[in-house]
Amino acid sequence: MPKDFGIGVSQKRREDVRFLKGAGNYTDDINVVGQAFVHFLRSEVAHATINSIDTSAASNMPGVVRIFTGADFEGVGGLPCGWQVTDRNNEPMQEPPHPILAQGKVRHVGDPIAAVVADTYEQARDAVEAIKIDLDELPAVIDMADALTENAVKVHDELKSNLCYDWVLGETDNEKVQAAFDNAEHITTLELTNQRLVANPMEPRVAVGDYNQATEEHTLFTTSQNPHVIRLLMCAFVLGLPEHKVRVVAPDVGGGFGTKIFHYAEEAFCTFAAKACNRPVKWTSSRSESFVTDAQGRDHVTKIELALDSENNFTAIRTNTLANLGAYLSTFSSSVPTWLHGTLMAGNYKTPVIQVNVKAVFTTTVPVDAYRGAGRPEATFQLERVIDKVARELKLDPVALRRQNFITEFPYDTPVALTYDTGDYNGTMNKLEAAADFDGFAQRRSDTEANGKLRGLGVNCYIEACGIAPSNIVGMLGARAGLYDAATVRVNATGSISVMVGAHSHGQGHETVFPQVVAEMIGIDESQIEIVHGDSSKIPFGMGTYGSRSIAVCGSAMVRATEKVINKAKKIAAHLMEASDADIELKDGQFSVAGTDKSVAWGEVTLAAYVPHNFPLQDIEPGLEETAFYDPANFTFPAGAYACEVEIDPDTGQVSIERFCAADDFGNIVNPMIVDGQVHGGIGQGIGQALLESCSYDKDGQLLSGSYMDYAMPRADDVPFYAVDHSSQTPCTHNPLGVKGCGEAGAIGSPPAVVNAVIDALQSAGHDVDHIDMPVSPSRVWAAMQS
Amino acid sequence: MYDFEFEKPSSISDAITLLSSEEAMPLSGGQTLIPALKQRLNAPSKLVSLAGIPELRGVSVNEGGMLEIKGATTHAVIAKQASSHYPALSALASHIGDPAVRNRGTIGGSLANNDPAACYPAAVLASNGKIISNKREINSEDFFQGMFTTALDEGELITAVQFEIPTVANYQKFLQPASRFALTGVFVAKFDSGVRVAITGASENGVFRWSEAEALLSDNFSPSSLDVLTFSTDGLISDLHGTPAYRASLIKTLTKRAVIAAK
Amino acid sequence: MPKVNITVNNNPATGEVEGRTLLSTFLRDIVGLTGTHIGCDTSQCGACVVHVNGDAIKACTMFALEADGATVDTIEGQANADGSLNVIQQAFQDHHALQCGFCTPGMVMSASALLKENPSPSEAEVRKYLEGNLCRCTGYHNIVKAILAASGQEVSAVAAE
Repeated sequence: MPKDFGIGVSQKRREDVRFLKGAGNYTDDINVVGQAFVHFLRSEVAHATINSIDTSAASNMPGVVRIFTGADFEGVGGLPCGWQVTDRNNEPMQEPPHPILAQGKVRHVGDPIAAVVADTYEQARDAVEAIKIDLDELPAVIDMADALTENAVKVHDELKSNLCYDWVLGETDNEKVQAAFDNAEHITTLELTNQRLVANPMEPRVAVGDYNQATEEHTLFTTSQNPHVIRLLMCAFVLGLPEHKVRVVAPDVGGGFGTKIFHYAEEAFCTFAAKACNRPVKWTSSRSESFVTDAQGRDHVTKIELALDSENNFTAIRTNTLANLGAYLSTFSSSVPTWLHGTLMAGNYKTPVIQVNVKAVFTTTVPVDAYRGAGRPEATFQLERVIDKVARELKLDPVALRRQNFITEFPYDTPVALTYDTGDYNGTMNKLEAAADFDGFAQRRSDTEANGKLRGLGVNCYIEACGIAPSNIVGMLGARAGLYDAATVRVNATGSISVMVGAHSHGQGHETVFPQVVAEMIGIDESQIEIVHGDSSKIPFGMGTYGSRSIAVCGSAMVRATEKVINKAKKIAAHLMEASDADIELKDGQFSVAGTDKSVAWGEVTLAAYVPHNFPLQDIEPGLEETAFYDPANFTFPAGAYACEVEIDPDTGQVSIERFCAADDFGNIVNPMIVDGQVHGGIGQGIGQALLESCSYDKDGQLLSGSYMDYAMPRADDVPFYAVDHSSQTPCTHNPLGVKGCGEAGAIGSPPAVVNAVIDALQSAGHDVDHIDMPVSPSRVWAAMQS
Repeated sequence: MYDFEFEKPSSISDAITLLSSEEAMPLSGGQTLIPALKQRLNAPSKLVSLAGIPELRGVSVNEGGMLEIKGATTHAVIAKQASSHYPALSALASHIGDPAVRNRGTIGGSLANNDPAACYPAAVLASNGKIISNKREINSEDFFQGMFTTALDEGELITAVQFEIPTVANYQKFLQPASRFALTGVFVAKFDSGVRVAITGASENGVFRWSEAEALLSDNFSPSSLDVLTFSTDGLISDLHGTPAYRASLIKTLTKRAVIAAK
Repeated sequence: MPKVNITVNNNPATGEVEGRTLLSTFLRDIVGLTGTHIGCDTSQCGACVVHVNGDAIKACTMFALEADGATVDTIEGQANADGSLNVIQQAFQDHHALQCGFCTPGMVMSASALLKENPSPSEAEVRKYLEGNLCRCTGYHNIVKAILAASGQEVSAVAAE
């Protein structure tokens, strides 16, 4: 009989039932009795000095409860940045204040100037329109290179310049790097842009603040990936509230993709205003507001150089990037272009000399922070594009060139600060070759060409550092937080189990997957196990879900806590059976004494734990509940190989994705169905970046793609079915489940495959095109074909 | 959005009376108007729904042999009911927006809005159509007066649209990838009297006819007839999704494709 | 304030509304059916799709007063009478066609409208029909697969089985 529960089984998701019946409980579904609504007056210009704000007319409008401006937040902390990057001269990054409401200046379209709390949303909006503001507009700071020139207008007057930091990783000695290039047989250079994206989870952000005057307790319901992180940042750095008097709840959350990690002004505002107004205060973002307030992603301009010796071995990489931070430092923004980007520049290859330089720049645009993949897509894209380019220049098989340079021995210390514990890059490439049917490509191309179109095949590899992260390492690198996670396994008297976890599920299926692990360990039915998450008053202090960390970090904490439970349960069982602890075995929910036919059931032991009439009270406490915090020893390193086939209509430049194959190594897998789904979703977003999406500002800092009318989201007919394989598995060596995480892989691995395929198709028709920036839109492809 | 009074008259004459009040606006399918209201771009005192007026719905062929579509007929109904009379128009209607939008959006609403990237204006202009209002008939040539601008007066309502039915026709729409409006759309209609070609999505002045192509295609209805033409980039839209040069190229490519596909 | 009477999932629902009250607002805030979601303000994401008199429409782009007297079906009324998931809902669960669940109500309502119109759609027809429904989680793979499966078609040959 095939296995029907536990690790490795594609269990259907239990959370689906409520979502499919419209019974999910998202933050906007929460209405607190007596709530008022807030609407923000947001800057319509990118950069201006605020001379005055006149709220007198607005404050007399119907329904207005109170109007707040920056003056109400003087003395209140600003939104903190959780990672201090140290620059190449050992200087800390420049770190400007990030106020809840603008203090004297606005720095991007959407920057909040004032907030009206009113009885209804429309009344708040009416009153916002009646606020009179007097602004002196300043020049927008949009282009990063311009922003770094000596006489550039400064986004923050109190800073030395618009440069947040100038950071180097890898070989810091420029002469050594230059020597490697001087000795090269071949050097390929590629300049490219990794365009700005908007994460666009389908649920816009929402915050509901509530305050109980009698108990002096705050409650914040918010669309967050990490309620405890929000509580800590808001209490300790912004509002100065006692943590134990603040409850943060992230209920069902409609997708995050990074942009719901961060602590936002609206969360702190609603918490603050609920007390100030003595009423619950609700904010629901419109999608239009999301486009100017949710932290955006990517936005790098890069020049990468790759050196090869006469045998086509990679000998050196030098890469220089301008990274756009936007107007303020969002919660983890500083870490994205540095430690989440530079450290991945070795990719899957044994290049001995690598230098990564990143200059991070303030501009008058929406802040930029982690978006699915966060730095790793930017690293992968430039590396895999430049490898593709050199293969074409030297007329080498792009797969063979990669294989030749693969890292094959583990553990492997990269020149950019990481130690890959394990991997098998030939293994995933072998799987890809089989799934993608490289041998049949020539025939498919000739069929396509017979229809008057072009066909291209693009291949690439990727590696990512997930399971974020060892606290001591990230602490050395500037993180102002630990990155462990936590789980409490609470066994009830009747044997059912509640597992309280620090990870937060906003699409990942934790409610289904986590019980599979506990069920496997104990041997009881998964239906006896419930996952509790998202409420700081119920769960242990956990760091939440991002960076493909849930199963690798929180899952490991859950394993450790379950082990503690089992150990204690064995002691109880031993007592009940009058045997020695060491002889007790647990299998299929039965404790037995080795070598005998004596056994007690799981439920008998759990009952004894809570009704301890016959119990070793002298040795152990009653009850059966254990907590574990897990801090990983290293990152995990999912890796893989992707292939894309495109067709191009030469008359219009329209690219269509005909085939997409992914071969990933995620180590061990708990629920294959869910892993497939994570990869599908990542690929969908990666194709979106490659072909469709672009967040664009004009020179005045106005957002040109401020709604779905201009920001092209991938739709069902923009993508094909994907073939995904994760049967090449090298289990992680340092966590108990041997898992690596799968959430970001698809978004990291897919953009270069698409662009490589487009270039392949164009070159097959004789077009001298070696790069097109994303999105590879019909207009851009057509233009490339004309030159 | 700002609040307004909502009225749902059951006859055209009642609707006209209601629309004569200050700042009243007609509400047809609302698929463009409601998003605009949410942005507070309009502040009507009164919205007059046209959905309760039976005489504003329907698809038929009139005595003169023209296809007549009443103003408040939805895209979905047009897609179904025009298919036997005018397949190219039916196909056009079946690709506007998405299924839910097609169940609400109406032809009259679309034409009165005259979005420069909308589909119907190309069909009306290429079909030598007429806009029938509560006051008068307006030839398509006179109706479209540039981006979001038409010949309609304040309070004037489109009650029907008439199309000459060509012998063969086709509409080619190249999607703007975000909005799914036409980045460029070309409607080619071949009549016994000649060929008409109307272009939407491309010009800063909204829908227009491509007279050079019409002349050559009237002479020889073959895609190769267009080989000698190059469309000028003057006055073409430049935006995130396409340059004027790209749109000029699309105009020619799509016109050829429409000629090939016309039936 | 004007009053509307709407039959929602076979139950009468009455409420006082403003002219500007959207059908989605009526359903969520007055009737208390929060399964109809609001994901955009330009009538594109489709998270709010419901059926009005049998036709799929976007509840955020219709006024409550326009639906006066109409029959409205929402996600909350889709399950079988015994509370079990209907064929489409069950196919969504079987094929992992949802992750965060936010777009799901609209997807299910659109899928239901599609299969009523076209009981055995091709893959391309499914993809085209979902033009007005955005999903950010699934890359659409399993949604398309689930709808094909719900129509009774064989999906085991679909890539990545």
